[in-house]
Amino acid sequence: MSDTHAESVAFVRETSIPPSAPPTAASGWVLWLRTNLFATPINGALTLIVLYFLYYVVSSTLPWILNGVWSAESLSGCREALQGTSGACFSVLTERWNQLLFGFSYPSDAYWRPSLAFALLFLAAAPVLFFDLPRKLLLFTALYPFITYWLIWGGTILVPIIALLGCVAGYMVYARYVKDNFSIAFFGGIVIAAVVWYVGGQMIPEGASETAMLEAVPSRNLGGFMLNMMLGVTCVSLSIPIGILLALGRQSSLPVVKWICVVFIEFIRGVPLITLLFVASVMLAYLFPPDATVDLFLRVVIMITMFSAAYIAEVIRGGLAALPKGQYEAGDSLGLDYAQSMRLIILPQALKISIPGIVNIAVGLFKDTTLVSVISLFDIVGMIRGPILASTDWSGVYWELFMFASVLFFVVCYGISQYSQWLERRLATDHR
Amino acid sequence: MTTLTDPPKGAFRPSMLLYDTRYRSITMQVIALGLLIAVFVYLYLNIAANLTKQGLFIDFGFLTTAAGYDINQTLIPYTSQSTNLQAAFVGIANTLLVAFLACITATLFGVAAGVLRLSKNWLVRKIMSVYVEIFRNIPVLIWILIIYFIMSAAMPAPNAFRGETPSATMMMMDSVAVTNRGIYIPAPVWGPRSMVVVAAFILSIVGVFAYQRYAKKLLYATGRLLPVFWPSLAIFFLPTILVYFIMGSPISLDYPELKGFNFKGGIQIGVPLIALWFALSIYTGAFIAENVRAGIQAVSRGQSEAASALGLRPGRVMNLVILPQALRVIIPPLISQYLNITKNSSLAILVGYADITATLGGITLNQTGRAIECVLLLMLFYLTASLTISLFMNIYNNSTKLKER
Repeated sequence: MSDTHAESVAFVRETSIPPSAPPTAASGWVLWLRTNLFATPINGALTLIVLYFLYYVVSSTLPWILNGVWSAESLSGCREALQGTSGACFSVLTERWNQLLFGFSYPSDAYWRPSLAFALLFLAAAPVLFFDLPRKLLLFTALYPFITYWLIWGGTILVPIIALLGCVAGYMVYARYVKDNFSIAFFGGIVIAAVVWYVGGQMIPEGASETAMLEAVPSRNLGGFMLNMMLGVTCVSLSIPIGILLALGRQSSLPVVKWICVVFIEFIRGVPLITLLFVASVMLAYLFPPDATVDLFLRVVIMITMFSAAYIAEVIRGGLAALPKGQYEAGDSLGLDYAQSMRLIILPQALKISIPGIVNIAVGLFKDTTLVSVISLFDIVGMIRGPILASTDWSGVYWELFMFASVLFFVVCYGISQYSQWLERRLATDHR
Repeated sequence: MTTLTDPPKGAFRPSMLLYDTRYRSITMQVIALGLLIAVFVYLYLNIAANLTKQGLFIDFGFLTTAAGYDINQTLIPYTSQSTNLQAAFVGIANTLLVAFLACITATLFGVAAGVLRLSKNWLVRKIMSVYVEIFRNIPVLIWILIIYFIMSAAMPAPNAFRGETPSATMMMMDSVAVTNRGIYIPAPVWGPRSMVVVAAFILSIVGVFAYQRYAKKLLYATGRLLPVFWPSLAIFFLPTILVYFIMGSPISLDYPELKGFNFKGGIQIGVPLIALWFALSIYTGAFIAENVRAGIQAVSRGQSEAASALGLRPGRVMNLVILPQALRVIIPPLISQYLNITKNSSLAILVGYADITATLGGITLNQTGRAIECVLLLMLFYLTASLTISLFMNIYNNSTKLKER
């Protein structure tokens, strides 16, 4: 049959014609513009409005930023340098950056200490945030709080060492007995740690801080963005274990324990953080013994930790509730007791589900640390509102200062939320 | 052989309190209760010791003494001779005012941004996600302060409106003035028969609901579809306007006018209120936008395709299929955002807006020194407010729960 075909047709093409390019209106950037920006008349109008808005914003802010003065001594110096043209006065940042970052009474020759602590934070947080890193790095994470305490507050090195010894002793007791009985190991560890702390505290000689390697800095001298970071990191890390306990307590079958947790959580969640900070600043002093002096930083840490623990407890409760009942029953049928089944089966899964929620709470809490400026702690907002805007040199420089603070917060919070999204993708075990 | 699972019989021994599951839970609870009581007793003893040391005692008598300070923005009558309790009520009214206003505008911003984030237009989508990310990641406190300082530093002073060639002019046919002391808007003046107009207005709202119910009932009973949108609009507006003119225009407007150094007449919306209201709205709006987007995306595509396959028009697909399902996802987080607005309104103290935190927890506390009493009352108010809101939320959640059989 193929012969007849070959005879009847004069020419048979053996290769296919190369495909011709689509018309320009249906390919490349023209197509992209037509589908994404000008699909319908309304869409096109919307695009034009947005473009005009963008032009308006950029044309009014860009010259202002580019024209900025970086090296004047005061606002009047800025105005002289600008000579009536519009421009930013970034000199306030070059002049006062140290106050914005560290507060106005932190000794300036010790700025390297919080900076080093901040740099080490990345090293300490890395093994917690990224599971692929070697697990031995966690050892440094465990040491980090003591190192940081010593770096930031200075004073005698004996205090963090004794604190560390207490924790090590407690952990050793816990590790020794946890196989037999969780509650004996847990409470025994706490008791041993407390004993070590008490005995060690008695052994620190009077006036050890005066001759210390690092100059002691009292808490009231902390300030600036450093204070926000410290409050955020401390309170979030302290509130996660408390939150777990509260969430377990709220799920408990013991009515008394359950109702204590419910009342605590609902009470804290029902009042704004600012009232809790009022408690810290004016009321908490009444709750301690009359001769005890607890400094404001610690009181604020206690209240913010309680605040975020209640919120984290609710997130974890959601995680616990989301686990299928079969997981609880599986733990029971294996003959595990309550502590074992929680520790080995329930909590690892529940915590994994609640990570995004916990990160959200952490971001919110970090932003809320600015509220301490209300009770006259000088965090970055407190520094801007107080010493800087009240000074004769810089009163009237709003935009530049608030822009600086906003950029700092944005970088940290956006970074954390991007991390949380990455982690969510990473931990997703379902197949899509 | 069922005796295997029976608990061992025998006399009660003290060790059973710890090792027998029947008694262990009781032991644990007694211990927990004991610890709780011990903590409270300890705190109570400390408070008592501290108070006697300072010669103080818990006393709410300060609530009935004269407050002695002025509040510039009040909804209910107040003078500096009023009691501290009245000052607290002024504060409560102001808190509720700013929370109410901010809830409405935050919802508008949030719904608009959330819907636009799902737009087919690339530029609009991107700019909305920039809005959401910027406002979610910067503390609301900084936004409040930024807007406060812009309003009080960059807006023209009242005397800029003066003279032959004023450097600032009033907007909207000389009815609204934006100054660095706040925004002045016309105030309604209620004439003698204005109540009739208000009554007509309320009746027409009831009428709209009644009409929509009737249309729905008719649809279910007979399958006849009545037009809803235009008749509702007519019922809403026409009777009120008719009554207004029949009664001889009893409601007029009092325009703000420049007199002396300041504007007189109209309603003054002070700078603190504007800063708080606007900052809370755009900040919470960004969160609501995310809730709205998540809610719409939670309705699976098959739902809208199924609705189209049944022959519903796009408007009805939205109204009858997508929205009812999306709202079930959107409303609970939306209400907790409203709760957040109410709690965040306590930041008013920073810009000097006289809400409950600024009056009771700020000036009254500082003047009387009654720290414990003031903070407790403050917490009581916020607790009541949020428990009320969550009560309504629970009722709503139960009513819209999926009815599974």
